[in-house]
Amino acid sequence: MPSHRMPSEADIISTVEFNHTGELLATGDKGGRVVIFQREPESKNAPHSQGEYDVYSTFQSHEPEFDYLKSLEIEEKINKIKWLPQQNAAHSLLSTNDKTIKLWKITERDKRPEGYNLKDEEGKLKDLSTVTSLQVPVLKPMDLMVEVSPRRVFANGHTYHINSISVNSDCETYMSADDLRINLWHLAITDRSFNIVDIKPANMEDLTEVITASEFHPHHCNLFVYSSSKGSLRLCDMRAAALCDKHSKLFEEPEDPSNRSFFSEIISSVSDVKFSHSGRYMLTRDYLTVKVWDLNMEARPIETYQVHDYLRSKLCSLYENDCIFDKFECAWNGSDSVIMTGAYNNFFRMFDRNTKRDVTLEASRESSKPRAVLKPRRVCVGGKRRRDDISVDSLDFTKKILHTAWHPAENIIAIAATNNLYIFQDKVNSEMH
Amino acid sequence: MKGRGLGRQGVPAAGSSGRFDPRVRQMMLSKGLKRKREEEEEEKESLAVDAWWLDPGHPAVAQAPPAVASSSLFDLSVLKLHHSLRQSEPDLRHLVLVVNTLRRIQASMAPTAALPPVPSPPAAPGVADNLLASSDAALSASMASLLEDLSHIEGLSQAPQPLADEGPPGRPTGGASPGLGALDLLGPATGCLLDDGFEGLFEDIDTSMYDSELWAPASEGLKPGPEDGPGKEEAPELDEAELDYLMDVLVGTQALERPPGPGR
Repeated sequence: MPSHRMPSEADIISTVEFNHTGELLATGDKGGRVVIFQREPESKNAPHSQGEYDVYSTFQSHEPEFDYLKSLEIEEKINKIKWLPQQNAAHSLLSTNDKTIKLWKITERDKRPEGYNLKDEEGKLKDLSTVTSLQVPVLKPMDLMVEVSPRRVFANGHTYHINSISVNSDCETYMSADDLRINLWHLAITDRSFNIVDIKPANMEDLTEVITASEFHPHHCNLFVYSSSKGSLRLCDMRAAALCDKHSKLFEEPEDPSNRSFFSEIISSVSDVKFSHSGRYMLTRDYLTVKVWDLNMEARPIETYQVHDYLRSKLCSLYENDCIFDKFECAWNGSDSVIMTGAYNNFFRMFDRNTKRDVTLEASRESSKPRAVLKPRRVCVGGKRRRDDISVDSLDFTKKILHTAWHPAENIIAIAATNNLYIFQDKVNSEMH
Repeated sequence: MKGRGLGRQGVPAAGSSGRFDPRVRQMMLSKGLKRKREEEEEEKESLAVDAWWLDPGHPAVAQAPPAVASSSLFDLSVLKLHHSLRQSEPDLRHLVLVVNTLRRIQASMAPTAALPPVPSPPAAPGVADNLLASSDAALSASMASLLEDLSHIEGLSQAPQPLADEGPPGRPTGGASPGLGALDLLGPATGCLLDDGFEGLFEDIDTSMYDSELWAPASEGLKPGPEDGPGKEEAPELDEAELDYLMDVLVGTQALERPPGPGR
């Protein structure tokens, strides 16, 4: 199939994910590639490399496919990557496009056997007459080689577009969610999955709500949450019923009558949901805010942070150019004290839950020379304007930070800005406190 | 925080200045159909919308009351819906959100009180209403049929999966929430664009497209006319080739296939 895309479009990063130790960072892009970065160990020999991330492995995860039955092209864009907890020397991750999930195993080879009896160094068979004695091949060190192989392909589980995958804390199962259904898979079984949520109405004309994101609870293997386009969260217990259509808890905030508009529903649509590391809270992102929910309180979030409230008066224009449908992700830091999310103009925002302070930072080449300190940015809405302020009208809405990730333990963040990846480290406080 | 950028290609994504293309906005407004009846409802409260149209620099603004802007918003939403349906595989979330928004806009445009019956409405708004109504109905019908086709095709392509506890196929959806097919742009039950007094406006419209079981709720408000009206020839959103194609899909003589058009 001929590609109508410009060369650089395939490099647009579509997902970013640290593994459980933070040693590895995986990115997926629109061209179906996965690039894994590895953190260099801090060593006295190379003090300037100070635990920075370098490319570890690159591989093609998904290829464009053509569904002949529906006459549709299936995009190879990687929607989500999730790492499996490491159980041996190898690393494993799940990557998914709109329709198919794949399990990849990443192994290292840093030794190779030498001294074969029947083969020479190049692998050619030896002339047997020259073999006078037998030797035991020995393992000799070699340059590190990273090998990636597909171990499982989980196909044909989804009619609609997969938006989330989440590995269960039992390390044996995982779930995948599309617009209308959520399936449970066993990591070792590819030819069947178990449908646990189905919100497809009997009559598609009655469709008013879709699933937008879902995640397993980090500790309770029976609990998971899924969010909807109407802004609600449903916490489900797999022990209660095989088909989790009845939620255990429904988290929904009543609409603020003073902020009502034609776009209320669109901006309330939840684009991402993440459990806190503690498992006590959930973080959601809708178009204008991030919200922290307590699992014990369904009526409303316990905290709401404005990401870019200056856009509230621009909703009509943002509806016109479809920006209002952008799906931003959100992230917790390791101690659940700071939350982060992206915005426009390559800005991203961080909110400290304890001090209630927030900061706006920019991911761009101009403002991020290596080892430069990031300068807080400000968007001015009219009135007094300081020197480096950006006015709302000059924000670049094509530069969106949709995907961000936070190291599980340290103050290291990964920011995807279109086709560039930025990794920021806080050297002053590199340990969580 | 210290930063280290890892460029992957080194080519920054091409971006616009961030300003919204004024040509698009002007096209929207010039293609919009005048609805004289709306202008008489100035005392009607409308939902709070953002006020971009109040920008004094904008050519189309003038002293437009919110009700007229809702009309532009309606047209914009209809165009978005149409564009979404044109995709080979519609983004379901986008589609559902646009439809729900369209319903909200439509509900806000409904007359709160019964309008005085107009015995002989002027021809221009009548024709305009015919065009808008027929295009909206065609869109709704095509959307409903497209989603139905999606669900039929799903039954063919989905690999058989032994499920321990699958809900019965006819599982009730629960609640009588109005759905996509019940946009009822013409339905007198919701009193949106029509009032009983205006039924006569649509007597001469060609309703053969609406007389399918997918469109049962609305057909009660329409009667097949003795002659074809202007609505058939001049639908601004769909041309005849597309109408024929949609009709074929509806009656099942043609399997749903990629609609003609550039790109994916």
